[in-house]
Amino acid sequence: MKNMLFVTSGIVAMILSTATLAGPREDLLTQYAAAAKATSFSAARGQTLHTQSFSGGKPDTPSCTTCHGKDTRGAGRALTGKTIEPVAVSVMPMRYTDPAKVEKWFKRNCTEVLGRECTPQEKGDWLTFVIGQ
Amino acid sequence: MRIPYRPLAIGLVTLAFSALVLARALAGDRHYFAPVANPVVKEECGSCHLAFAPSMLPARSWQRMMGELDKHFGDNASLDPAAAEKITNYLVANAGDAGGQRYSSKLLKGVATGAAPQRITELPKWVSEHRKVPDWEWRHKEVRTKANCVACHTAAEQGYYEE
Ligand code: HEC
Ligand code: HEC
Ligand code: HEC
Repeated sequence: MKNMLFVTSGIVAMILSTATLAGPREDLLTQYAAAAKATSFSAARGQTLHTQSFSGGKPDTPSCTTCHGKDTRGAGRALTGKTIEPVAVSVMPMRYTDPAKVEKWFKRNCTEVLGRECTPQEKGDWLTFVIGQ
Repeated sequence: MRIPYRPLAIGLVTLAFSALVLARALAGDRHYFAPVANPVVKEECGSCHLAFAPSMLPARSWQRMMGELDKHFGDNASLDPAAAEKITNYLVANAGDAGGQRYSSKLLKGVATGAAPQRITELPKWVSEHRKVPDWEWRHKEVRTKANCVACHTAAEQGYYEE
């Protein structure tokens, strides 16, 4: 079992390291994978994180969809009424290409919604989800 | 002999009228508050709400606000110190009491010397300008909050405020 895991993580590391060449989004995923000691990220888990209602954060922002909207390809809206561009990479190709920006908003928004920072695993899952959207 | 004058007279009236309209448009019945021109300020202070015009608050307001970004109207809007310093400098240099701001002294009328109001929407002059806006309009789902200037002032991003 341990061996299996070792092999899989080796393969994942290989895939991730070739992906590194692809750009800043892939670099981010590689970093999250290393930090999480994760063997894989799951878009399905990312989707759950995105749509789930949490009770640990602020009462008026129970979910990512509170601001980002239910449709990942549609615009969202902050509580101040301000429009937020869609989170799906297919319609917003420049998204998640500035690692500092991504980290800044993960920190802010996870604290708002979950009442704590997101783990590297959660960040990787969420990013995988929106990259595929 | 009168006839040739008539088209001229009409022409003059038309000219005078369009000049009047043009003069009003230029001289601004539209209150103008220069929008944020600095890309860092636009990015860091314009993603949760409109990047409010620095000329709408006095310098000391911005200084105080920038010193407590971790408690920013219930949000944590913290920035790294280098970015925060750049933004503070920009806001202070273009503040309502920095001089040369045509409509700022009007908007800031009634603010006590030394006071550092944190909300544009609580300035005495802002409140009086908006006293006729009915309650249901504030609660409208497209408005949500008084700070959502763009909902009513569609050219707010360009710096123009009128009905
Ligand atoms: C209170 C409103 C709000 C909530 C709730 C919220 N966000 Fe955001 N999010 C924003 C705003 C505003 C931005 C910045 C504007 C933009 O990028 O269009 C942003 C940007 C981001 C970015 C950076 C985008 C980029 O292009 O780099 C990420 C990542 C992000 N959000 C993730 C999340 C996740 C994950 C959740 C749920 C745990 C969440 N957000 C919940 C308002 C919110
Ligand atoms: C993480 C989101 C967020 C960021 C980033 C942010 N703000 Fe805000 N800001 C808010 C919220 C929420 C309010 C309260 C809005 C309301 O009352 O509806 C607010 C209110 C304000 C107000 C008062 C509006 C009024 O009622 O007159 C000012 C001025 C302001 N912000 C300036 C700034 C400046 C300057 C920056 C950049 C350093 C900034 N904000 C960055 C969330 C943010
Ligand atoms: C619900 C709609 C609404 C919102 C939101 C709103 N305003 Fe207004 N505002 C008005 C109306 C209506 C007037 C005109 C009042 C009058 O002439 O009696 C006005 C007038 C003004 C004026 C004076 C302009 C003039 O021609 O007299 C300024 C400046 C102004 N608003 C700034 C703001 C700012 C800044 C914000 C956001 C912080 C804001 N407003 C939010 C409706 C709104």
